[in-house]
Amino acid sequence: MFAVVVVLVVSNAPGWPEVRRLFFNGAVFRDSLEVIPEAFLVNVKIFLIAEALILPFALLIAILRSLPGPVFFPLRAFAVVYADLFRGIPTILVIYLLGFGVPALGLSGVPIDPLFWGVVALVLVYSAYVSEVYRAGIESVHPSQEAAARSLGLSHWKALRFVVLPQAVRRVIPPLLNDFIGLQKDTALVGLLGVVEAFRQSTIESSATFNFTPYLVTAILFVALTIPLARLTDWLVARDRRRQLAAGATP
Amino acid sequence: MTKMPALVLENVYKSFGKHEVLKGIDLDLAAHEVVCLIGASGSGKSTLLRCVNLLEQIDEGRVVLGGDEITAPTVDVNRVRRRIGIVFQAFNLFPHMNVLRNVTLGPTQGLGKSRTEAEEEALELLGRFGLADRAGDYPDRLSGGQQQRVAIVRALAMQPELMLLDEVTSALDPELVAEVLNVIRELAEGGMTMLIATHEMSFARDIAGRVCFLDEGVILEEGEPEQIFRAPREPRTQQFLQRIVAAGRL
Repeated sequence: MFAVVVVLVVSNAPGWPEVRRLFFNGAVFRDSLEVIPEAFLVNVKIFLIAEALILPFALLIAILRSLPGPVFFPLRAFAVVYADLFRGIPTILVIYLLGFGVPALGLSGVPIDPLFWGVVALVLVYSAYVSEVYRAGIESVHPSQEAAARSLGLSHWKALRFVVLPQAVRRVIPPLLNDFIGLQKDTALVGLLGVVEAFRQSTIESSATFNFTPYLVTAILFVALTIPLARLTDWLVARDRRRQLAAGATP
Repeated sequence: MTKMPALVLENVYKSFGKHEVLKGIDLDLAAHEVVCLIGASGSGKSTLLRCVNLLEQIDEGRVVLGGDEITAPTVDVNRVRRRIGIVFQAFNLFPHMNVLRNVTLGPTQGLGKSRTEAEEEALELLGRFGLADRAGDYPDRLSGGQQQRVAIVRALAMQPELMLLDEVTSALDPELVAEVLNVIRELAEGGMTMLIATHEMSFARDIAGRVCFLDEGVILEEGEPEQIFRAPREPRTQQFLQRIVAAGRL
């Protein structure tokens, strides 16, 4: 119903013929399909590499933050400052600062590839979010679990590794995947450094044709990548709920 | 030559913030002795056990296990805990591991035994307590009584010299209490040294060599079970036991 209203309002808008020509051009659409999907593979690559780095790095940050006692205060403080900093700075600024700033230093041995620094920026920003997700998971495991593990003579680290983390990680998989959906979209920001990924490629196509349809193609590609992940998240949440109900029904 | 006590608590104090929970506990356990701690909720029974296991740090006094002062600041707490088994009221099994893994985690990761050796011993122990066919199950498939028996086996797998039992039947449905108490009885008969916090008065009477009545952080009265239950000297002990009798628990 709502969709019908939107369609009617939009298609009767005075500017609609013009918008249709600029955004929904069949010929440009077909041409874009020949180049943009290839550029989109760069987004997929950025996403996969970043994800593989974020998962362990964010876990490390979360573990640092959970270390007990005054001895580890500097490490805990580092983890807190890190998470505050990189959740506070807009992602696009981190990408600009690292992507343009570091190569400009001209240090020998330091990569100047913008793709490299784009990935580093995304890893830094998203690890800050994901470490908080992990931390929520670690804190959701009841202290009696750690007590039981420690009472068997396991060290804090072993209790964490064998008892607390396996339960914590399992619980945070859905919110973790949710953050990765955000990461998938933000791979487009790396294009601002000059890396030719889908967004950058569609800008090029668009300038060449004076038409915005290439952006539509890119949007469709992003959605096509996001939907499976979103459904996977839903499925995992539903599965956990089913398991909880099953466990509750047969004590 | 007198035999060395298995466990000695000397003038143990413990507070949580401003709340003083233990106010000078003195207690000796001989080897193979079973001592039951009774007393109202909040009298400090659980805290006392957790202090022995070093899950809580005491503020004053000392705890000596088999001749070693375990509350000394230089002591490796992990080594101490490997010598003491503790079983909790809420079982605290690891829900993401099956029964066998629950039992072998301590021996493999704490004692450094090989997996095969630990599993062999675990299966033998599980068999002894009628749990052999549950080795592959996850805790949420077991009844409360079975879970608590697994928790006892998990503690025993460390071959402890002392067992601490913290109201291990309080979270169980009444019909499941007996199977757990039978296991503890078997341990006592096997000569295990045990310090047991319990609300099961008839069980305490049955199994304990000595009963200590804890009241507001001190051991107000201790003695043989017959004396404590039949002729308690302290008015507070009398009151407590009267309430228990009135509740039909003795």
